[in-house]
Amino acid sequence: MSEAALPEHGETLRIGLIGSPNSGKTTLFNAITGLRAKIGNYPGVTVERREGLAHLGKRTANLIDLPGTYSLSPLSPDEAVVGDVLRGEVEGLGPPHALLVVADACSLERSLLLIGQVLRLGRPTCLALTMMDELKARGGSLDLSRLEAALGIPIIPVVGHRGKGIAALREQLAQPENWSAPPIEPPESAQERAQWAASILSVCLRTRPGHHAITERIDRVILHPFWGSLIFLAVMLTFFQLIFAWAQPAMDLIDTGIGWASDAVRLNLAPGLFTDFLADGLIAGVGSVVIFLPQIVLLFSLLYLLEDLGYMARAAFVVDRAMARAGLEGRAFVAMLSSFACAVPGIMATRSIPSPRDRLVTILVAPLMTCSARLPVYALLIAAFVPDQKVLGPIGLQGLVLLSLYLAAPVAALSVAAVLRQTLLTGDSLPFSLELPSYRLPGLRLWLTQIWSSTSAFLRRAGGIILLVTVLLWVLLTFPRATPPPDLSPDREAAYALEHSAAGQMGHFIEPAIAPLGFDWKIGVGLVASLAAREVIVATLGQIYAASAPGVPLREAIRNDVNPQTGQKIFSPPTVAALLVFFIFALLCTSTLAIMVRETNSWRWPAFAFFYMLALAYGFSWIAHTVTAAIIRA
Amino acid sequence: MKMEVVSNPASARKLSDLRPGEEGIVRNVHADTPIAQRLLDLGLLPETPIRALRRAPLGDPTVFEFRGYRLCLRQAEADQIEIDETPKSADQEPARHA
Repeated sequence: MSEAALPEHGETLRIGLIGSPNSGKTTLFNAITGLRAKIGNYPGVTVERREGLAHLGKRTANLIDLPGTYSLSPLSPDEAVVGDVLRGEVEGLGPPHALLVVADACSLERSLLLIGQVLRLGRPTCLALTMMDELKARGGSLDLSRLEAALGIPIIPVVGHRGKGIAALREQLAQPENWSAPPIEPPESAQERAQWAASILSVCLRTRPGHHAITERIDRVILHPFWGSLIFLAVMLTFFQLIFAWAQPAMDLIDTGIGWASDAVRLNLAPGLFTDFLADGLIAGVGSVVIFLPQIVLLFSLLYLLEDLGYMARAAFVVDRAMARAGLEGRAFVAMLSSFACAVPGIMATRSIPSPRDRLVTILVAPLMTCSARLPVYALLIAAFVPDQKVLGPIGLQGLVLLSLYLAAPVAALSVAAVLRQTLLTGDSLPFSLELPSYRLPGLRLWLTQIWSSTSAFLRRAGGIILLVTVLLWVLLTFPRATPPPDLSPDREAAYALEHSAAGQMGHFIEPAIAPLGFDWKIGVGLVASLAAREVIVATLGQIYAASAPGVPLREAIRNDVNPQTGQKIFSPPTVAALLVFFIFALLCTSTLAIMVRETNSWRWPAFAFFYMLALAYGFSWIAHTVTAAIIRA
Repeated sequence: MKMEVVSNPASARKLSDLRPGEEGIVRNVHADTPIAQRLLDLGLLPETPIRALRRAPLGDPTVFEFRGYRLCLRQAEADQIEIDETPKSADQEPARHA
């Protein structure tokens, strides 16, 4: 059987990489393939598909990194992927000719359960034992030749992040024809397999590893009821602050660069449609992709650092109870917190959540968190309409309004999560389980590779959609091109073109629908344009008001704007309240929708998220408008 | 598989009853099929020695150590795992026969 499974002459060798989470599988994959990994999705599920070419001397192998698993018996469609790949049932991917199992030498007692299952597949199999250094440090001792004899397959000890054993492993991987096969097949039932594992351990484990002394000592503080909570809050606050504060200068720089590039285009090309397209469509579109990079790189740098150190699992442990109230789990916390900076990296961070249900709920509510793109909108409206007065000592009314807008976000997100859990996404086939790995100093190479692979995944998978939609919105805001009446100032010309564009007409078209919220067509155009990104409404309103009130700052202009029919102020207190509330809820962000499409592998869930948030936005805006109007009348 | 351990119900406790520092031996998993299967996959098989290490600050979940690794389980799952108690250490009380 094993001979028959090996590749024909000239065919690339396919090797499946199997291992449980925290076994060091990813480190090993990166060490063998370098940066040549291809990342995609398996059809129909949300599991990341990773393959990479390994050059093994004379031979080239395609290394297929199977999703981390504790067992080959699937409980969810996501977990079924492992079996599908092994049976060759994934389109465009033949069954692996040989298997490389990765196991942590310190928890061999558990890993043997999985190894037993893998050996029952009857394919040529080789075992890479990681964490041999830790085993030694913990006083454990393993007789490798006895283990090799008992299992009957080749075993290579490795220390992935130091590159130790990788050369020997490559050499072994090049010749699966020569791998020995197990003398007897491990038993089928889990119970008997456990006995099989125990009997193997009894012959090869000379000394059982003791506790990891450093981990014990650190955990005494990190998981302490009081100090642990305090450290958790401090770490999360720092994490959040760094993403916010450190990304900003880079984002400003990118903004300036984009502005400079489109100015350069305008200066050097003759004015016309093509120049407009380059300057406002294409360059702005590229800019709207690149602008995410500082936050994404920073978020994943911190995330992987904390993860590789072993802290992330502890943080999830500390906060799990609180998240469970909303039907989520501890690992969802980081995704939610990251979404305060931006929902795009936040949604990407949900990959650490093993239960597909929990992950989907987290993805669906993450965009409700107050991302940094809402800040310019809040800032404009608050500065223009909330009186700058002190309420309590140094605390001002403007600050209080901003704070309550921020606090509304987690309340809304957790409430929606709880509702989704009770209605659409009930039940859960997977019990909660979370492994606390030993603390380790992460390897620099692994860390950089992780950051790079997440960043490049964003660029390749969401970048295209974001660019496309940004250009499409430019088309909507530009066409059809109306000929402005003569003698208009350039400012008025731009506004005239905008009002008569498709987006302008859409603004007029949706005016009756948004009139109950106190919004007029100008806000309507702003909302249409802000589908690209929330903060675009500020620029669009700026463009419109630059025409009616040239030279007046936007803040003043919207304050003074009057409805020509009624003589009432457009931005009355009820309208401002409604607009602020609208931005708490509405999913006005192409990039978030794009990343949702990629991460859920469907159009259905992003569409659901868009419309439920639109419904919430409309409903709560209407309530805010009505209540504020009633208060003013009283 | 010898199952004579079932005989004494007085010593039967749930995994969730273990206080931090206490040890036990897994006897059985009482759960719906998929959950029981996952707990078995995680290594919670009968006769596995297990120790409770710590509870989270808010009281749930709890970290357990068994089969050479540390795993957090919520009370909901730990409730479904039946264990036999083992004395915490030899000097506290003589070994009890389950």
